[in-house]
Amino acid sequence: MSTGNVPKPIASTSSFLDDRLGAGNFLKRNLRKIFPDHWSFLLGEIALYSFIILLLTGTFLTFFFKPSMSHVAYEGSYEPLKGVMMSEAYASALGISFDVRGGLLMRQMHHWAALLFVAGMMVHALRVFFTGAYRKPRELNWLIGVGLLTLALLEGLTGYSLPDDLLSGAGLRITEGVAISLPLVGTWITFFLFGGEYPGEDVISRFYSLHILLIPGILLGLISAHMILMWVQKHTQMPGKGRTNTNVVGAPFYPAFMAKAGAYFMFTFGVIALLGTFAQINPIWLFGPYTPADISAGSQPDFYMGFLEGSLRLMPAWEINFLGFTLPLSVLIPALVPMGVIMTGLALYPFVEQWVTGDRSEHHVADRPRNNPHRTSIGMSAITFYGVLWLLGANDEIASIFHVSLNWTTYIGRVLIFLGPLVTYVITYRICLGLQRSDAAVIGHGVESGVIKRLPHGEYIEVHVPPNEAIEAHVRGKAAVPMIAGTETDEDGIPPKGMRGPLGRLRAKMSRAYGGEKVALDEGHGHGHDEHAAVGPGKDDKSLTR
Amino acid sequence: MTDNHHDIDQPEERVPRRVIGTPSPAAGTSLLGAEEPAAKELTGVPGVTPQDERTARKGERAAALCFTVTLLAGIAFIVSYVVFQVGDLETTKTSTLALGSTLAVALLALAAGIVIWVRMIMPKYNLVQERHPMASGPEAREYVAETFLQGAAESGITRHPLLRRTLLLAAAPLGLAPLVLLRDLGPSYANFSEKLRHTVWGEKTKDGKHRRLVVEGTGAPIRAADFNSPGGILSVVPEGYEHDLNALAKATLILIKFRAEEIKPGTNLNWTHDGIVAYSKICTHVGCPAALYEQSTHHILCPCHQSTFDAADGAKVIFGPAARPLPQLPIAVDNEGYLVATADFAVPPGPSFWERGDAEAEVRENGGHA
Repeated sequence: MSTGNVPKPIASTSSFLDDRLGAGNFLKRNLRKIFPDHWSFLLGEIALYSFIILLLTGTFLTFFFKPSMSHVAYEGSYEPLKGVMMSEAYASALGISFDVRGGLLMRQMHHWAALLFVAGMMVHALRVFFTGAYRKPRELNWLIGVGLLTLALLEGLTGYSLPDDLLSGAGLRITEGVAISLPLVGTWITFFLFGGEYPGEDVISRFYSLHILLIPGILLGLISAHMILMWVQKHTQMPGKGRTNTNVVGAPFYPAFMAKAGAYFMFTFGVIALLGTFAQINPIWLFGPYTPADISAGSQPDFYMGFLEGSLRLMPAWEINFLGFTLPLSVLIPALVPMGVIMTGLALYPFVEQWVTGDRSEHHVADRPRNNPHRTSIGMSAITFYGVLWLLGANDEIASIFHVSLNWTTYIGRVLIFLGPLVTYVITYRICLGLQRSDAAVIGHGVESGVIKRLPHGEYIEVHVPPNEAIEAHVRGKAAVPMIAGTETDEDGIPPKGMRGPLGRLRAKMSRAYGGEKVALDEGHGHGHDEHAAVGPGKDDKSLTR
Repeated sequence: MTDNHHDIDQPEERVPRRVIGTPSPAAGTSLLGAEEPAAKELTGVPGVTPQDERTARKGERAAALCFTVTLLAGIAFIVSYVVFQVGDLETTKTSTLALGSTLAVALLALAAGIVIWVRMIMPKYNLVQERHPMASGPEAREYVAETFLQGAAESGITRHPLLRRTLLLAAAPLGLAPLVLLRDLGPSYANFSEKLRHTVWGEKTKDGKHRRLVVEGTGAPIRAADFNSPGGILSVVPEGYEHDLNALAKATLILIKFRAEEIKPGTNLNWTHDGIVAYSKICTHVGCPAALYEQSTHHILCPCHQSTFDAADGAKVIFGPAARPLPQLPIAVDNEGYLVATADFAVPPGPSFWERGDAEAEVRENGGHA
């Protein structure tokens, strides 16, 4: 093959390395590794690149930040606070903003990158969920992802508290109020975290080492593991022409994917730079130094903490006293339950789904969300649950912007938090079936051609033509959701072994509801665009409307 | 297409079958693959569609333009760093704008240039690679299982229980050591709930007098006769602890002046002075300062989670997640007419905690007023 010769400097360097590392074997297998293409596969990359930008900007910030709570009189450039007593942390955060060239830019970029990091992880997780990309063999990577999301929230919380301005102090105080409410260990945890009574003089330096060393270290390790697993297991692909469960179709790592990823990193970096330049975030100099005696109205946490804030606001004032002990349910429930429901639900979902469907096979072709309507409905319900909490985290803003009663936003929220997910479930389920039916119509009847034909007896019809190959292949990527074989009772009315106990019966019932084909594409007629396969309402699953 | 260029022998199954039709990355001694193969070589290779020459030339010009923009913006960034100083709001704004926009332009132009390169110069790929099941196959598994058992047997850990047990035992204290080391994260005392029950209002001043209430911020003591317009409100801290954050986290007060007829029975009149009532400002929910006051309704509102308290009626909860009223502080005037605290709060102020118990009920049982 006449590929020319590798330029001398590269050839000698690579042989030097290969002689010592044997990297050639690895590169031979991996240089042309194929990466499938789809816009939604880029969402996780946003999180990855934001993390790199966080490391870069964060390192810059550490050169100037002093994580100390000792009191100093501010002597920096910002006129309105001159001479004010404040913690060294706040003074140095002001210094970064006003006395270091590019400091304010780096601080704002760091904050924006943090928001984008968490947002990127969230939408990436949703993509993986709705397309079923967490299925075997990717359950471990999914669990790593859930761990990453949890750690990212912690990382955000510790970072938010560092500047020690009045706003960050409010967040810290709420953290303390939640920690101290824990039964048995609450006061211990709080006094150990703060080195004594709140706020003490230790918490910022402790949060600092958590924020810049411990948590990012674990994040870095988990992200590496996440990447390696993705690399080894190869990326899932969307259904389409020539794409099967045993191949990967796309562009090679070298040179195309590499270049695209590089460009995408630059885009992310550039957008964060734009945000850091033009969209002011956390103007700490306006808030003043922290004191537990003051707060400003309309205090809001970063967006990813909003759902916890909302659930705290939503909760009725329940508190139990017994045997001289106190269980502050009005803090415990909202602080632990929504987070626990969401994170545990995420972590367990792949395994619960496997249990329900009895499906133990590998999946490398992503589902279109409509094709697994119950999963999609569960996901949308979870989004609604989260979304209601998140909106309620800003109910004071909602009340003042829309001139509605603050109390009523809370009352409505208390209903919506239960009703919203249910309604969403039903609506999503119907939308999924509707979309499946429209897919079946495309396969069965073809697509509208825009050509109107007059028949001999005078009737006008629009000519339908078969869809193009790519669309048809994409639609035909649908497979029935697996379900446990033989959940039906046999002739004597005896259910199969393992389905007899209450749990087994529940499992069989769930499997029948969750699995199967709700709307068949063309009832196994093969290439049926000529046959106009009947897609009638009679064959639909009506389990939610009956 | 065969591949005869294995430099080093590899078990065949570890090398995925090469993508059909792509140039061998291991051609000759090279590891880095093809150096600009001529376009006509690529034509006809399935899955690799080269760009036509005209598009590629247009792409080259566009990408070069982008890279030039990056170059200029990069220089502008460095120049901005030198030219624009920081300090006050205006100069900092100018510097941030200059640095940020040049950085953003440089990065975005670089990104755009690479994208143009990929889309207009590199071929379009639609290559297929095979996937193999993740599982390593029965032979490998069997080998690993055998080797594992063999190794365990060779090491003797199965046959020498004493070795095994003492090793496990030996590891236990070492595993605990880091936890023990964490003990001094906490304070030397362990009576946490006692600390939470008391505030500096219960301590007399050095000369044995009741502690004065002073205005937060100015530190001025409050003469009851001067705080006389009904509806007036002050944020109050203990004298001598104006800057002690630990003290303030429990002892900050909200001081409200009422007309005598406005006060409802929930308020302990013995603890007021001439219509002046002092409540803990620390919300009983999670400890934010309940800082908002609505004069017409006498509502104290905590801006964090909107717990609302009726200040005229012993600060009882009328809305929101707080479960308990804001504790009232017993106040009076000293012989100079300044407001002082005559005792500590009867119940612990601030958020609930496990050891707190129903302190309000205890006080009531003892005939007091919570």
